[in-house]
Amino acid sequence: MSKQQLETRFKQILDQGDKLFVPYIMAGDGGLDVLNERIDFLADCGASAIELGLPFSDPVADGETIQQAGIRALKSGTTVQRVFDTLKQSKDRNIPIILMTYMNPVYHYGIDAFAKACVASGVSGLIVPDLPMEEEQAVTDVLHQYDLALIRLVALTSPVARQKELKKRTEGFLYAVTVTGTTGERQTFTDRVHQYLADLKVGATTPVLAGFGVSSEEQVKNLARHCDGVVVGSRIVKAFHDGEKDVIKALIEASKQ
Amino acid sequence: MYQQPNESGHFGQFGGRFVPETLMPAVLELEAAYNEVKDDPDFLKTFHYYLADYVGRETPLYYAERLTEKLGGAKIYLKREDLNHTGAHKINNALGQALLTKHMGKKKVVAETGAGQHGVATATACALLGLDCVVFMGAEDIKRQKLNVFRMELLGAKVEAVHHGSATLKDAVNEALRYWVSHVEDTHYIIGSVVGPHPFPQIVRDFQSMIGRETKQQFKEKTGTLPDALIACIGGGSNAMGMFYPFVDDTSVKMYGVEAGGHGVETGKHAATLTGGSVGVLHGTMTYLLQDGDGQITEADSISAGLDYPGIGPEHAHLKDINRVEYVSATDKDALFGLKLLSETEGIIPALESAHAIGYLPELAQSMGKDQSIVVCLSGRGDKDVETVKAVLGGQNHE
Repeated sequence: MSKQQLETRFKQILDQGDKLFVPYIMAGDGGLDVLNERIDFLADCGASAIELGLPFSDPVADGETIQQAGIRALKSGTTVQRVFDTLKQSKDRNIPIILMTYMNPVYHYGIDAFAKACVASGVSGLIVPDLPMEEEQAVTDVLHQYDLALIRLVALTSPVARQKELKKRTEGFLYAVTVTGTTGERQTFTDRVHQYLADLKVGATTPVLAGFGVSSEEQVKNLARHCDGVVVGSRIVKAFHDGEKDVIKALIEASKQ
Repeated sequence: MYQQPNESGHFGQFGGRFVPETLMPAVLELEAAYNEVKDDPDFLKTFHYYLADYVGRETPLYYAERLTEKLGGAKIYLKREDLNHTGAHKINNALGQALLTKHMGKKKVVAETGAGQHGVATATACALLGLDCVVFMGAEDIKRQKLNVFRMELLGAKVEAVHHGSATLKDAVNEALRYWVSHVEDTHYIIGSVVGPHPFPQIVRDFQSMIGRETKQQFKEKTGTLPDALIACIGGGSNAMGMFYPFVDDTSVKMYGVEAGGHGVETGKHAATLTGGSVGVLHGTMTYLLQDGDGQITEADSISAGLDYPGIGPEHAHLKDINRVEYVSATDKDALFGLKLLSETEGIIPALESAHAIGYLPELAQSMGKDQSIVVCLSGRGDKDVETVKAVLGGQNHE
């Protein structure tokens, strides 16, 4: 799906009064055989897009749950190429795929080759947590040629000027990191989060999604009230690993009207 | 004149700031704070006061006469960083960064450690300056370096074991970075080598470059000239960078960085990043790395916990690419040979890290004339390694 199709789809969902729900799954966790099946399941449950993690040996932005999923994926023989090959098998799916990985696997594959492979496998965009705007140009120059979105992350620690700049630069949506820390379930969020999300919404030209730590239906509803939706990672990864498909359904349902 | 890095923290194509957005403000704050102090007479006065009265600088430049005779080639001088308080060059940087932490108004410090030397140095500087200190250390390294763990605890630091991955230095850096992301508002990360995102490689280099400056001065006083060659061991590369940097523009001085060859670079079981690695991004910086065909970082292998790292400082990567420094490797076996050689000829037991530089020395010294000179950066003393060495050599004289 192209960047434009991703944007159109998000707009349609928001226009009908629902919030966006982007589940994160780790490619190759449980084996690559189940990847397309999991994507289809999430699409059927009403996910707005899929954030698909490509495992990396040294994921410094990730907490324990996603680290372990990455280790399982690598142990089962997952490689960047095999993920692209698996995605190609059903590239006409009706849900946007956004790849999330660290800079090294992209750089090692070759930025241009990586972008080409994204297009060939129906990927709409990329999230690279260790690529701040200071270093992004080598990547964005290429992604723009292929019409792929680079989703920027903004943090609670980002000063106002950086928040504004990231809001301006981001494509697809703005990923608002809701904790000062790594990914993983949290019981509570700092009081500042609601105001932070509200501030990010002002003048935003893309949807603003809250992510990191979101793990309960209540949190989904609560956070989505202050922005356009949520990204849920560790809880979804854990639910697939433990075979709790009902948990996933309920979380996604919580983003609907 | 050589003056790396550029404004965005790049050394040629290497370096940069590949960190999560949550850390970017801290990295920029650090850069601003460092620019405030780096030429500030008051800050430098305090730093030099502690270096002199607390660390015991300057360290001697010692002419190793018996070792020179034994090898029969160039004259060998040892820059005695092993005589610093806490037993290695690591205290120079730890102290500088602990003072910088105070300057930034932060009260807590996180650090990673491999052999434990940087952890001990950081725990020491934190005790001295009244800062809270938590040190991440691979569980495997904790086993190899029990004494240093106890030392850190005596100094009031909290040592956190890291069980992920190979449970060595790389994993300790990952965990320290994660901790920093979660505590960035009141905590400074005292990184132990010339690695990580800009401005760390520059800060650590600058806080270690008295090694090279003193060497230049001392060598001139002794001989009236410059040495013909410098040699230092390299894991992340901080002692080497500190030794090399003041000599980069002195093109008559050849420089050799000795990486840990482990079982031999050809076996794939080594930590020789520049000799056997390829370019990539790890721990916030673009540099040479040990990685597989899919861009996954592979495990380094070395008898020395301090060199057991699959990356290297970006400035070294740059110095390799512009051919200013020659990077070579010494195997575990070479290092053990070096350790025994220096112990028996000079009565100095070097750290296993430094022993890699000694291990490469015979080849280098014998390829040079007797009228030429080599300075070896003897980065640390070997007390911490006695158990490891005994396990390998078997203490054959008494068993």
